[in-house]
Formats: sequence, structure tokens, C-alpha cells
Amino acid sequence: MAKITYIDAGGIARPVDGEIGSTVMETAIKNGVPGIEAECGGACACSTCHVYVDEAWREKTGEPSPMEEDMLDFAFDVKPNSRLSCQIKVTEALDGLVVTTPERQA
Amino acid sequence: MRAVNEPIKTDVLIVGAGPVGLFAVFELGLLDMKAHLIDILDKPGGQCAELYPEKPIYDIPGVPYTTGHGLVEALMAQIKPFGPAFHLGEMVETIERIGEPMFRVATDSGKLFEAKVLVIAAGGGSFQPKKPPIPGIDPYEGKSVFYAVRKMDVFRDKELLIVGGGDSALDWTLNLQPIAKRLTLVHRRDDFRAAPDSVNKMRALVAQGAMDLKIGQVTALHGGEGMLTGATVKGSDGALATLACDAMLPFFGLTMKLGPVANWGLPLREGELIPVDTASFETDQPGIFAIGDINWYPGKLKLILSGFHEAALMAQKAYHYVFPDKRLVFQYTTSSTSLQKKLGVA
Repeated sequence: MAKITYIDAGGIARPVDGEIGSTVMETAIKNGVPGIEAECGGACACSTCHVYVDEAWREKTGEPSPMEEDMLDFAFDVKPNSRLSCQIKVTEALDGLVVTTPERQA
Repeated sequence: MRAVNEPIKTDVLIVGAGPVGLFAVFELGLLDMKAHLIDILDKPGGQCAELYPEKPIYDIPGVPYTTGHGLVEALMAQIKPFGPAFHLGEMVETIERIGEPMFRVATDSGKLFEAKVLVIAAGGGSFQPKKPPIPGIDPYEGKSVFYAVRKMDVFRDKELLIVGGGDSALDWTLNLQPIAKRLTLVHRRDDFRAAPDSVNKMRALVAQGAMDLKIGQVTALHGGEGMLTGATVKGSDGALATLACDAMLPFFGLTMKLGPVANWGLPLREGELIPVDTASFETDQPGIFAIGDINWYPGKLKLILSGFHEAALMAQKAYHYVFPDKRLVFQYTTSSTSLQKKLGVA
């Protein structure tokens, strides 16, 4: 397990336990965390699981792949720390990860 | 010839041409029911075609591996013997009950249908353009901000802003650049996922000074009474620039919205799913069925295979509406000569 904290656009933090090997998107959906829609179910095909990775964690989560960058074009208010949460795998190294969800997904 | 507003008559009208709507044609066809399909996309396949044509699917029974595109191709081949009629690029707007059961259905382009049975296989709803998150964009929509190009001439001699980096943004940049007074393409990064050939053509126009490319995101609109006069673009360095324009075309892809289904008088669960009876997948309105991702019943799984099962049971009940005087005999395609004749194999 790795602790992941989702902060919504209004500043409310929701810490949940993420299963190692699942994704940050799946962890949100499984735990009923609002602010992540994941219309395509995790195929990196829709950009509705957009999150901002906390600056302290950007190095550990890494950079988006070229395919993910393409999908981020469809997301709203994309920032340098924008990622699609279906493309971030939960690992032991991400225990404590903090992400913020945008004001809206679509 | 059919007069413009004379309805198209059919046994069954299927709303949504995704995998479940397509397979419904097969199950209905085996029972001699003719179907027309309506879909807002310009191609059959629904989410399989629009969201993940190249992505793998591993859970279709008997098919260890396929793709969204592969599944749609296979379903189209499977339903070919039944000659379904497709009405693509259209959205059903209204449904009116005119008999027991008999429905009159109108699309957004004004096409009318009359069907004994309606099958809603609309998945997550209809694909509609995504709105950019620009505050105060609403009053400009349809007046100077457009999510699609219906008539190119609307943009003649206009100062035009096109936003996005995909094929729609690039195609319309190349098509409208010759007739616009001035065109600026705005994209958040200097990489484009559009076809490389279109990107090269766009870059050549920029090099010739025939159009502008601005890297950044639109953060504010200026104007009044629905008419744009300019837009603020925040560059990747954070610097703000205001670009003059009288029209803007944002292309941010599609998203699924329930759309007019919400207005058809059906009860909705959590505002988006249509409850059905699991013996027939009929809604609380006789003659209207809902199959696939759009329906809800205890234990519902949003799987393509569940939608296929739902289509088969729906067809059994629909038969009694379409042929009230006939008795339905259950048959297998393996052994029934009459079913095999319908499939063109016997």
C-alpha cells in the first residue's frame, strides 16, 4: 500500500490507500474520490483523469510520455506539473504522493 | 422519392451505433426485425471507434484479443446480412409516443422516423465538443465562438483564432487560412499530434508570413454582446499577450454528455442511467428498451459482453411488439436452416 492524497480544487484533501501496481486514477475511482472522471477507463484516450502533481513529487512521478502529452492537449488548464492519473503507476516509492484535481475535467 | 418530412418507417430504431447497438441489429435480424441506427459520430463504433480504436480488448468471449477498431469491423461483417441503415452525424432530439407501441422520433437535422420499438444503446450519451475552461465563454458560443465549422463562408475576411493541436485544429487552419483576413493558431506547446503533413503545411504558411502560430493557452476573452474583439493568451513563459480576433474555433476533442436522453421522460438513476427490467431490458415505458452502458439494473457491469446479452433478450421481447400475432420459436444458428438462410449461409 502507498498513501495517496487527492486535494480537490476547493482545497479539501482526501488521503486514501493505493494498491501497489494499480494506477493513481484507479485508486481514486475505487475510493470514490471526486474530481476524476476517467471516461475512457484508463486507456490514455480521453484526458478526463487530469491531475497536478505536487512539486515535491514531480521527479518521482516522472514526465508524461509523448502519447500522454498528446492527450493532455485535450485537458483544461494544463500546467508544467500536469499528468493523466491513469498513467501514473502506484509504487512503494510514491508512498505519500500528493496530487491536486483541476476545477473540472470536461 | 421520399418527401422531406415524411418519416422513415422501420420496425426498430436503435439510438447509438456502438458495439452493443451494432450487435442488436444481429439479434433483431435473426428474428426478422429491420433496424435503423442513428449516431452522432460520423462513423459506427461509438467509444470503440472514437476513444480507443487502437487499444486492446481482451474480454470479448471467444475472442482472446482484438482492438476497438477490430471489434467494430467484425461486428459490421456479422450484421451485414441484415442490411442495417445508418444515419450518422445525427442526434435524436425528441421522442413521441403515437401508438401502442409506436414512436415518432426526430433528429437534430430534422429527419423523422416512425418505429414500433426504440432501443436506446447510447452508451455514455452523445459525444459533444469539449468546452475550453475560459471564464465567460458562454455568451460568445454560437455567435463568435464555434466548436464546429458548418459553413466556411461565415469565416471569410474574419480575424480568426483557432485553438488546438490535433487534426481538427490543423485541418481547419489549412482550410480557412486562404479565406480568413488573418488566422492565428494557438496551441499550448510547439508539438502537434495532428498528421505531420498538415503540420508541415501550417509551418510553411507561418514561415511565409501568411498566418501566425502562438504557443500558449487562451485565458480570457474580450468583447461584448456575444461578439469577440480579442483574446488573452498566456505564453509558456507566463507572459500575457492580447490577440485581436472576431471569431474563435476551439478544438479540444470530444466528451460524452447524456444530452437529449434526459428529456425523453424516462426515469434516470443518478441522473444518467436508465433503469431496466432484466427479463427484457425494457424501460418503464413499454416499447422503449435500453441496452449497454446507458442502462442500470442490480448487478450491472459496464462490459461489452453484458450489452451483447442484453441485446439478445431485448430482441425476444421486441418481437412481440413488432409481430403481435406471431409465435416466437427459439432456434440456434448452428442447426436452424431458417436462421442460416437469413445469414446467407444456407
